[in-house]
Amino acid sequence: MSRIAAFGRFWWDFVVGDDWVAAAGVIAGLALTAALAAWWVLPIAVAIVLTMSVLRAAR
Amino acid sequence: MKDVLLVLSAFLASAVEMVEALTIVLASGLARGWRSSLVGVAAATLALAVVVAALGPALTLIPINALRLVVGGLLLTFGLQWLRKAILRASGYKALHDEDAIFAKELREAETAPRDERAGIDWYGFTLSFKGVFLEGLEVAFIVITFGSTNKNIPLAALGAAVAIVLVGVVGVLARAPLARVPENTMKFAVGVMLTTFGIFWGAEGAGAHWPGSDAALLGVLAFVVLLSLAMVTLLRRRRAELVPA
Repeated sequence: MSRIAAFGRFWWDFVVGDDWVAAAGVIAGLALTAALAAWWVLPIAVAIVLTMSVLRAAR
Repeated sequence: MKDVLLVLSAFLASAVEMVEALTIVLASGLARGWRSSLVGVAAATLALAVVVAALGPALTLIPINALRLVVGGLLLTFGLQWLRKAILRASGYKALHDEDAIFAKELREAETAPRDERAGIDWYGFTLSFKGVFLEGLEVAFIVITFGSTNKNIPLAALGAAVAIVLVGVVGVLARAPLARVPENTMKFAVGVMLTTFGIFWGAEGAGAHWPGSDAALLGVLAFVVLLSLAMVTLLRRRRAELVPA
C-alpha cells in the first residue's frame, strides 16, 4: 500500500471508524438541520442512526 | 454549566486514553527495556505537540458557525462510535475492556518479537510505545482542540486533559501495573454520551438552528442522550436474555 493510501486509510479509520453508514447518517442529519433550521432534527437523526448502528452490530 | 461539562469531558476522555497508553508503555518497557520505550513516549509527545500547535491556531481562524458545524459533525461521528461500543459492552454483546488481559497480550507479543537495535534503541519497543502514546493521545488532542476552540476556551479543556494525564501518570508510575481497577467501561460510556451531546448541540447551532433556552438546552440534550443510551442497553439486554437461555 502506498504511503498516501495508508495515510488516507488511517484518517478514515480515525474519523469514520468501522461504521460508515453512521457517519453518512450524521452528515444527512446536519444537512437536514441546515435546510430546515430546526433544532429537533439532529436529536431525532442521532436516535435513528444510533439505534440502527447498535442493532446492526448486535446481529 | 457548559464549562463544567467541558472540563469533565476532557478529563474523562484523557483519563481513559491515558490508562490505555500506560498499559502499552508498561508492556513495552518491561519486555523491551525502559530506554527504548521512554524515547518512544518522548517522540510521540513531541509529535502530538506539533499536531496541537499546528491545528489549534488554525481552527481559531475559521468562522465560529462553520467551526461548530464541522466540529459538531466530527464529535458526533466520534461520539456515536464510543457510544455504540459502550452500549454493546454494557448489554453483553461485546467483551468488556480488560486492561489486565490487554497488558498480558501486549507483554507476550513484545517478549517474543525479534530484537532490532539501531543507534542503541530497540526498534520494536520504541515503535510500540510511540504508536500507543501517539494514537491514544491523538484522540485526546482532537477532543481538547475541538472542545476548546468551539467553546473559545482551549486552556480550560487542556486543563481537564492535563489533570487526567498527570493523575494517571503518577498512579501508573507508583503502581507499575496496568490500572485495571479504573472503571474504564463506565468512563467510556460517559465520554460517548458527552461527545454525542456536544456534537448534537454544536452541530445544530453550526447548521443554523437555535436551541430553545440557548445554552441551557445542553442539559436537555444530555438527558436525551443518556435516556436513549440506557434504553438501548435495556432493549439489547432483553433481546440477549431471550436469545441466550439461562
